[in-house]
Amino acid sequence: MKMNGAGVWLRGISGAVMAFLYLPILVLTVFSFNDSRLSAVWQGFSWHWYGVLWHDAALLAAAANSLLVGVLSTSLVVLLGLPAAMGLERLRGKGVRVVETIFLLPLILPEVMMGVALLLFFVMVRWPLSLATVVIGHAAFNLPVVVVLVRARLQKLDPRLEEAARDLGASAWETFYRITWPLIRPAVLGAALLAFTISLDDFIVTFFVAGPGSTTLPLRVYSMIKSGLSPEINALSSLLVLLSMGLVGLSLVLQRR
Amino acid sequence: MEQVNRMVLFRRFFPQLDMFISKVLPKVLGVAAISLLLWSGCDRARETGRQGGAGATLHYFTWSDYVSPELIREFEQAQGAHVVVDTFSSNEELLAKLQGGASGYDVTVPSDFMVSIMAAQGMLAELDPAALPNLSGLEPHLQHPAFDPSHRYAVPYLWGTVGIGYDSAVVSPPPDSWDVLWEIRYRGRISMLNDQREVFGAVLRSLGRSMNTTDPALIEEAKRKLIAQKPLVKTYASEHYDQLLASGDVVLAQGWGGPVARAMRERPSIRYVVPKEGGTIWADCLVVLNSSPNKALAMRFVNFLIDARVAARTSERLLFASANREARAWIRQDILENPAVYPPAELIPRMEWMGDVGNAMRIYDRAWTELKMQ
Amino acid sequence: MLAPGLLWTALFCLLPILVVLAVSFATRGTYGGVLWEFSLENYRDLLHPLYGRILGQSVLLAAMTTGLCLVMGFPLAYYIARLPPRRQALWLVLIMIPFWTNFLVRTYAWIFILRTEGLLNTLLLQLHLIQAPLDLLYSNEAVLLGLVYGYLPFMVLPLYAAIERIDPALIEAAWDLYADRWSLFRLVLVPLTKPGIIAGCVLVFIPSLGAFLTPDLLGGARSMMVGNLIQHEYLVARDWPLGSALSLVMMLIVTGSIVWYLRAQAPRDGERGAG
Repeated sequence: MKMNGAGVWLRGISGAVMAFLYLPILVLTVFSFNDSRLSAVWQGFSWHWYGVLWHDAALLAAAANSLLVGVLSTSLVVLLGLPAAMGLERLRGKGVRVVETIFLLPLILPEVMMGVALLLFFVMVRWPLSLATVVIGHAAFNLPVVVVLVRARLQKLDPRLEEAARDLGASAWETFYRITWPLIRPAVLGAALLAFTISLDDFIVTFFVAGPGSTTLPLRVYSMIKSGLSPEINALSSLLVLLSMGLVGLSLVLQRR
Repeated sequence: MEQVNRMVLFRRFFPQLDMFISKVLPKVLGVAAISLLLWSGCDRARETGRQGGAGATLHYFTWSDYVSPELIREFEQAQGAHVVVDTFSSNEELLAKLQGGASGYDVTVPSDFMVSIMAAQGMLAELDPAALPNLSGLEPHLQHPAFDPSHRYAVPYLWGTVGIGYDSAVVSPPPDSWDVLWEIRYRGRISMLNDQREVFGAVLRSLGRSMNTTDPALIEEAKRKLIAQKPLVKTYASEHYDQLLASGDVVLAQGWGGPVARAMRERPSIRYVVPKEGGTIWADCLVVLNSSPNKALAMRFVNFLIDARVAARTSERLLFASANREARAWIRQDILENPAVYPPAELIPRMEWMGDVGNAMRIYDRAWTELKMQ
Repeated sequence: MLAPGLLWTALFCLLPILVVLAVSFATRGTYGGVLWEFSLENYRDLLHPLYGRILGQSVLLAAMTTGLCLVMGFPLAYYIARLPPRRQALWLVLIMIPFWTNFLVRTYAWIFILRTEGLLNTLLLQLHLIQAPLDLLYSNEAVLLGLVYGYLPFMVLPLYAAIERIDPALIEAAWDLYADRWSLFRLVLVPLTKPGIIAGCVLVFIPSLGAFLTPDLLGGARSMMVGNLIQHEYLVARDWPLGSALSLVMMLIVTGSIVWYLRAQAPRDGERGAG
């Protein structure tokens, strides 16, 4: 690229936009170490708010709920999505598009709609709201994520590999375990990681379908923000930013190897 | 929708992850399967626990930050039970969640008018007076409340008024009328509750009407007045207006007395007034839900919360008045004398309970939406 | 193999939508809930200019968000796409991090900065640039800012992908042909990156249209977007039938824009196949 006037401008604008993305997060993190309750003036360094965080039983319970929901719903979507993706890949004929559309449905629904629909559904079938309904909700909107990502990988596979295995006398299960699985494993894991992140992050669907004992981390954070500012939220936010950096870092490091 | 974005982009930028992580998945799945088993196991254990007393779980559905963790711990230790607290932020949300089939909660805290709605819907269990010895010492005006005169379903717990919190250093002369919320010089420094019935209630009272009117013309008039006020309003907030007052973000806030009293601690120039036109009187009540799997434990929990000394601690923390008259003996004098916490007795006849407005709810609702759209 | 997954989606997505559809034709119970009496009243209510205005305002705000994201995202995407590969990777990671960070946290950051006693006002006061704190939070501008901030990465990434695919030689040639930047942009970059632009716009527009948290937290509940209205009808007003009708209308708008997106994408895939 020519480094002319335009180049300098472009660099300036890009830098500014990047600063716009990062300054708020950075500021939040810095002030999580602020030794003051009135949080916008710097009063000295302190770990105090992280201590408060660590002793906040309600918050820890919410975090545990979030992890449980994340792990359970992710496992569920992998167990349901993997066979579904393989089934879709083998399906032939007129029905394919219909089946495909049904699978993709949760993706084209606005989040609010998904929450509302699930709530109404649970009410109509008299299914009590609980942690289980939250898991079901998350598994419902995450299923297409797994189906699409795994299917994209399956489409790139050479069908002759499986045929060869079958010709050599491998059972269907053996073929899957020894041939297909190693090839699609990275895609399945990637999908699982993404589904897990989305589940941890979800507020709206959870908000509608949460029942007794199923307050998740985002619900708790929302009610903390609503009831007023506290440096404790800064501390929690910094940890969550760190977590997301970890996740991005992890996926990148793994990609490089 | 967010997941579409993430997925589309993820697919483009993270096409594959390495073999290394692939070793993690079997473990994750293993852990998941085990925790699934444990979880269902726990659930079953909980079910059986519910039959007996000790080791049972009690689900308490309450307002954000309405019960201190210490009290919960004390009850848990005394009863050998486990208490799980979940929170809601409005009576309507509470009702929607319960209508939404959230059975499994044992005890919850609706306000007065919601008690009658929930009772009419058959959601509430009848209380057992024998299990509630602490019910004896109620404040006089709460002994036979209209929404539940004989305490068949509800035990008054905390009560108070809705009025105006203001910064006496800025707002002068001291306001005595709702009209101060329409004064142009406080533009951008006023907060109103984010609660349609309370906001309309304030206007209706300032018009000299009942806040429970179902007359569409009156509601329309109130709406016009609120639309005229909106440019002056900084925010509609039901939760953090104590901080807004304390920090000086707003100098006038329509609000419940408790949070205003909390703001006084941080900014001593804050005062509280119930306008001369009158305002809402409210009482949050402890109820046991019909769907509660463990009503005996639930009653013990209710009785624990209204015990004079326990209630006094709650009142001192939240700065809401306790419905138990005997609790006064344990509450600090300055709190008892704070009109934001304990409304003076002569004020009570001027106050109005919020009632159910039935199908007029839709008119309020439309008017509220219109207000928000200005 | 399809059956379990298909059953799952049918049960927990398709069926719930049908329930919403059914409820949207029912009547509201006095205390919430649903009376099963057929009525078109909910849709007739939606014709009230009020709802049209809310919808219009939401679309407008979403469109402004999309426009701002495009204006800010394009130069950044172009810059990244022209960097040497190693630094490209670094910049992309930097864009991914906010994108993986909890949305609530990112919204909270702006409350922290914008409120009256917030960081920005404190700073400006200390520098004596202003005499009294500015009213920054609780406005439509704050909502717009929050939405742009939240969804900017969704714009940058597809734009980058589209720009990165352009042959640099083409741009060199264009520089020789059209001396000025504007022509280069208008006649070369825009047509070549059109699929990326459309993808970015759809990815930003749809979630901003349904936004619930941003207007709630940054707007101070002074105004409503469709997402808030739907939540209000369900959890505050207890008018499930009206809420259902509303969410169906919103779903139609969203589905419409997705269909448009897929149509716009289709020719590109064709080109790729041919080339």
